[in-house]
Amino acid sequence: MAARTPLYGRHIAAGARMVEFAGFDMPLQYSTIRDEHLAVRNRVGLFDLSHMGEVRLAGPTAEASVQRLIANDIARVGAGGAQYAVMCDDAGGIVDDVVVYRDEDSFMVVVNAACRDKDLAWMRSHVATGTDVEDVSDSTALLAVQGPDAIALVERLSTVQASTIPSFHCLFADVAGMTARVSRTGYTGEDGLELYVRDDVAPALWDALVAAGSAVQLRPCGLGARDTLRLEAGLRLYGQDMDEGVDPFSCGLGWTVKLQKGDFIGAGALRRIDPTHPPHRFTGLRVAGRAIARHGHSVRSGDTVVGAVTSGTYSFTLDRSIATASLSPDVAAGAPLSIDIRGTAAEAEMVSLPFYRRPKGA
Amino acid sequence: MPDLSAYRFTASHEWVRLDGGDARIGITDFAQAQLGDVIFVELPEVGAALDAGAKFGSIESVKAASDLYAPVGGTVAEVNAALADKPELVNSDPYGDGWMIRVEGAGPASPELLDEAAYAKVTGV
Repeated sequence: MAARTPLYGRHIAAGARMVEFAGFDMPLQYSTIRDEHLAVRNRVGLFDLSHMGEVRLAGPTAEASVQRLIANDIARVGAGGAQYAVMCDDAGGIVDDVVVYRDEDSFMVVVNAACRDKDLAWMRSHVATGTDVEDVSDSTALLAVQGPDAIALVERLSTVQASTIPSFHCLFADVAGMTARVSRTGYTGEDGLELYVRDDVAPALWDALVAAGSAVQLRPCGLGARDTLRLEAGLRLYGQDMDEGVDPFSCGLGWTVKLQKGDFIGAGALRRIDPTHPPHRFTGLRVAGRAIARHGHSVRSGDTVVGAVTSGTYSFTLDRSIATASLSPDVAAGAPLSIDIRGTAAEAEMVSLPFYRRPKGA
Repeated sequence: MPDLSAYRFTASHEWVRLDGGDARIGITDFAQAQLGDVIFVELPEVGAALDAGAKFGSIESVKAASDLYAPVGGTVAEVNAALADKPELVNSDPYGDGWMIRVEGAGPASPELLDEAAYAKVTGV
């Protein structure tokens, strides 16, 4: 049987259509994906992300262990800061993409739910002596409040001035009477917050956010909208856009690789890659027509297969079909491409990511 | 729920409403709910000849794509042009404004087509 988050009962009561994802019974949608997607773009949406894994690294060597595990440079982040990073294996393949929080004397690494067991084993076998690795996933719930009205909504429930938290920073505060890690992060391309709380208070926090959000027509949002939002925002999905067979340069995450920081797992392999000419070219595609290009669909230049779609969806913000693809590095920028969508060729134009950028000042 | 007593259904979740030799065709409420947000409906040209059971188009949602099969044969007399811009009509009104094609010269309903009660057994709803 699939695992349940502390908010399972809330999803059922709200009439969510449930789906099994990474071993959890999760809401796919409550109303329609379009409605939830547009709520986040225009107002505010609430997500249960309690399936995500959280791993605490503590001890005198914790920082050195984090530095060994990730390709980014956590030394650039002070206490209360967060950083997006990939963990690589010795061959430079991506074990997982994570967010690392630096707390006063420990770190919290947020991992993909589907990778939780693998990541834990990986971390435990690669940390330095003097680092404790603790899986706190089951006792940690995560609620994301995303959209232009998200900050004001949380501020109504808290004394914290959430608007003063810089992007990729967090602080601990009471929200609706519950102690939360309030983090200015997200996976939607909108401004917003992610609230980490103890699992037992998650339902009360959910209820408080829903009640306070009714004035701004807050929508609970499922994994369906989460995927369409993240793809418009050009954000990667592990297992689809990348996996152990893909190095960070080949999926457009070279900006997270800090080779100059010193040694880390995979550094040797990554140093041998020319960042300007990695094994694959990761690109956005604007797809003609309304049909959706899906993971694995072939991308052609003329009659030659030059790559494959990694993710695709219908963009409700742009009202068009969009995709990301992993292509041969020899494909010229701007080359006319087509995607084989179930036997029909759809023209595709290479574009830079993201597809959607939130308006300035919003 | 609309009155579906005049509708017949396929096990592949299309419906047909026969009116003499005229047949209107769409997909069921169960099918639209399974698909979720419909974003694209590919329909045949007016004038196309359809055989009963043959593929007449396809439907795509954010979640999945699937083919559409004709419950009855005949000649396509009309396609629902509104679906080109508003494919979500299939979600909001599958038995009404979300209809897909109208066929002329349709034969009588095949005994393989299901009535409402028999279709309900297929979906278990």
